[in-house]
Amino acid sequence: MLFTVLLYISLFVFLLGLIYKVSTWFSRKIGIASQNFTTSERISAAVKGILGVIFSPKILILVKVFILDVILQRRILKEDLLRWIMHMLIFTGFMMLLLMHAFDSFITAPLFKEYYSTVNPFLFLRDFFGIMVLAGLMIAVYRRFILKVPRLKSSPMDYYAIIILAVIMISGILLEGIKITSYTEFRNMVENYSGLDDEGEILALEKLWVKDFGLVSPNVKGPIDPAIIPLSKVLHNMNCAECHSSTEWAIMGYPAARLLKLIALKLDRLGGVNAFWYIHFLACFIGLAYLPFSKMFHFIASPVSLLANAVMDKDKSLPANIATRQAMELDACTHCGTCSLTCSVAVAFDKIGNLNILPSEKLVFLKTYASGKDLKENEIKAIQEGIYLCTNCDRCTVVCPVGINLKELWFNVREDLIQKGNPIPLVLSPFSFYRGLNQQKLDSKNYSNPISLTKDAITDKCELMKNPDEVISLTPINKEFKEKIDLSSQATTYSYCFSCQNCSTVCPVVGNYENPQKALGLLPHQIMRSVGLGLKDLAFGSKMLWDCVTCYQCQEHCPQGVKVTDVLYELKNLAIKESFNNE
Amino acid sequence: MNKMIKYALFLGCNIPARVRQYETSARSVFAEIGVDIEDIKEFNCCGYPLRNSDFKTFVLFSARNLALAEKLGLNMITLCKCCYGSLKMAKHHMKENLFLKDEVNETLAKEGLEYNGNLEIKHFLSALYSDIGINTLKEKITRNFKNLKIATHYGCHALRPSNIMQFDDPVSPVIFDQLVEMTGAKSIDWALKLECCGAPVLGTNDDLSMNLTEKKLTDGKKAGADYLCTACPWCHLQFDSVQNMMIEQQRINNHLPAILFPQLLGIAMGIDKETLGIDMNQIDISVIGNL
Repeated sequence: MLFTVLLYISLFVFLLGLIYKVSTWFSRKIGIASQNFTTSERISAAVKGILGVIFSPKILILVKVFILDVILQRRILKEDLLRWIMHMLIFTGFMMLLLMHAFDSFITAPLFKEYYSTVNPFLFLRDFFGIMVLAGLMIAVYRRFILKVPRLKSSPMDYYAIIILAVIMISGILLEGIKITSYTEFRNMVENYSGLDDEGEILALEKLWVKDFGLVSPNVKGPIDPAIIPLSKVLHNMNCAECHSSTEWAIMGYPAARLLKLIALKLDRLGGVNAFWYIHFLACFIGLAYLPFSKMFHFIASPVSLLANAVMDKDKSLPANIATRQAMELDACTHCGTCSLTCSVAVAFDKIGNLNILPSEKLVFLKTYASGKDLKENEIKAIQEGIYLCTNCDRCTVVCPVGINLKELWFNVREDLIQKGNPIPLVLSPFSFYRGLNQQKLDSKNYSNPISLTKDAITDKCELMKNPDEVISLTPINKEFKEKIDLSSQATTYSYCFSCQNCSTVCPVVGNYENPQKALGLLPHQIMRSVGLGLKDLAFGSKMLWDCVTCYQCQEHCPQGVKVTDVLYELKNLAIKESFNNE
Repeated sequence: MNKMIKYALFLGCNIPARVRQYETSARSVFAEIGVDIEDIKEFNCCGYPLRNSDFKTFVLFSARNLALAEKLGLNMITLCKCCYGSLKMAKHHMKENLFLKDEVNETLAKEGLEYNGNLEIKHFLSALYSDIGINTLKEKITRNFKNLKIATHYGCHALRPSNIMQFDDPVSPVIFDQLVEMTGAKSIDWALKLECCGAPVLGTNDDLSMNLTEKKLTDGKKAGADYLCTACPWCHLQFDSVQNMMIEQQRINNHLPAILFPQLLGIAMGIDKETLGIDMNQIDISVIGNL
């Protein structure tokens, strides 16, 4: 009764969760690309898109991807054999247990007339599939906790997934083991299924079960008289053999029974069978009810992601469907960390420590962000750095085992995240190249906002730049500022500058403007002198710093050996550090 | 060339994502001349985009790549001038400043790596010129271009600062021109040959970036070039994708298509157009093989 009630409750929660999660695929707005579509537009676009694929040759692509990538998980195999073995063990083992064991009355029994869970091959197979899952889990634990792969992060959700599966498997094995030893179970079976009522005969049968089947009986102690065995065997064959293969075939349950032998009687008296039965099915039900909200939801979302990405194209698919797909992809992520292991800039995490640099962790952030969470100022800064510190090398997209189109996701989300009206130091770097290359896809109205905002944030702090008529006092020189220019041995060469202006003359940026001083502020030679004089505001406040193309013409042509470009690099480092990091 | 030359190929980030034809054409040239290539999957970004904001992380990026190649006892070859410049620059800084090297190694040690500096960094052009040699390359050339005028674009970060890069004479470099002329094409003289392509400020100052590009294209065109030849993905994207964007925006009308050097060399070696990715350039260069 309790079992049935809990089963239906958890099934109900599961279904509600499933409906809720799938509905978020159509309602959540991610990045700049999804803002213009209503939920109903997205649903109708999805129906149109799905029907369009099903009734077209593309259906063959779906079949192929389903077999190779969903069932055989080719994309995991390409990355890592060990992980493929791990996932295949868990996936196949668990699916087989689900179909053959959990759903036995719906699937196995109708398919096989002679099905009993206690006869072979079913008895053996159940334990075999259990071993598969456990072996897979052991690899998972090994990989996450012992191997210590650099930059592979584990979240509470990863622990949960491992723990819930482990509890289900281990409680199942212990339940089987206790059942094998249980005298109560034995008596019940004799009562319900055998024609025996003579206590002497029952004892004879009991002795055989103690000897060969792992039963622990309070009535059978010491060595068993071999004379009784022929009778036992006759009784066994008449009453039990049809439904019971040797319990030794339970390759996990039987050893568990042997291990429990000494405490078996006590356990039986305390209702051990019941206890483990509750643990086992409760764990299953919790797993089921919580599934849509846990990492295990990937078993629905990841195949959808693989299939959708196989037939979708950013130029040809309906934009509403791309928006829906990107919302769905957040659920498809299994937090496996493949993207972060292959990421071109993941090393920056070692130095900077911002988790959002790692693509797998950006996805974790996006999940909460998409659910509408308000961000604190420092969270905004961290994600802006993380999302912009990316060379768009696309390696994450190539390797993602569930086929998430990460590069499109980043492009879409990045624009949304950097248009928050605050300065972002990294936009003043070649990381902006990709954005410039794709500027035609962006709203031209706001395009330059993050750049001008950041430049202004730096120059705004430079009072001297605002008052060009102010008389500069040459003493005291800002020694503290000069001492900070020390990242490399090149830097101090600014002191050799005697303002011959060679650097500014050969500079292609200076040469680009009719009135360079108006466009750029101070020119390279003036910046060198400003550093020499310890005039921090003048050194930091010029647009020249950020418009420098780093072509090294100035440095090459300096007769004094001033490392002009490298000094400019140092000033940029320092300006960013002083303007943003000390707040 | 008795002994097989082998390099660790450093592709960087732009090429696999946006200039794949550079990789396929360069690999086909390597195969043709018998250069052995090792691919190191663990390579990361060279660190170039971090130089504005974070010097030490930039050095760490480069050092990790160098350490990975060093572990296999290989010299490194880059196709990108900015990767080349960054790796060489980082190597220089770690040689000058042992504290910096130790600091980097402390971080690298966490994943079992160590940088010692016992390797050379080559660019595609310098490797062909110095390690393979014009004479060996010439033997592989089956079709000579006639009446083809090429404007060579050297790329700043390989040339300068010359004391560190050691690529070629920074004022009157020759290796790119000699490599081009070996194919029968003529390398023309043009005033802005050694100037910047504009790529470093694309995205931070598009107007400036495109102005610099435009000036170079106009100058090359005026000097009579049929193609502008590149050997760096940044420069190539600037002269190909960005030029294309400028044409669409009607910023320029008289265009000068860009060709990657291994594409040019590949055609002269008789490698098929598909492998060379001739159709992957945004501005059409498909007629070049017909010359």
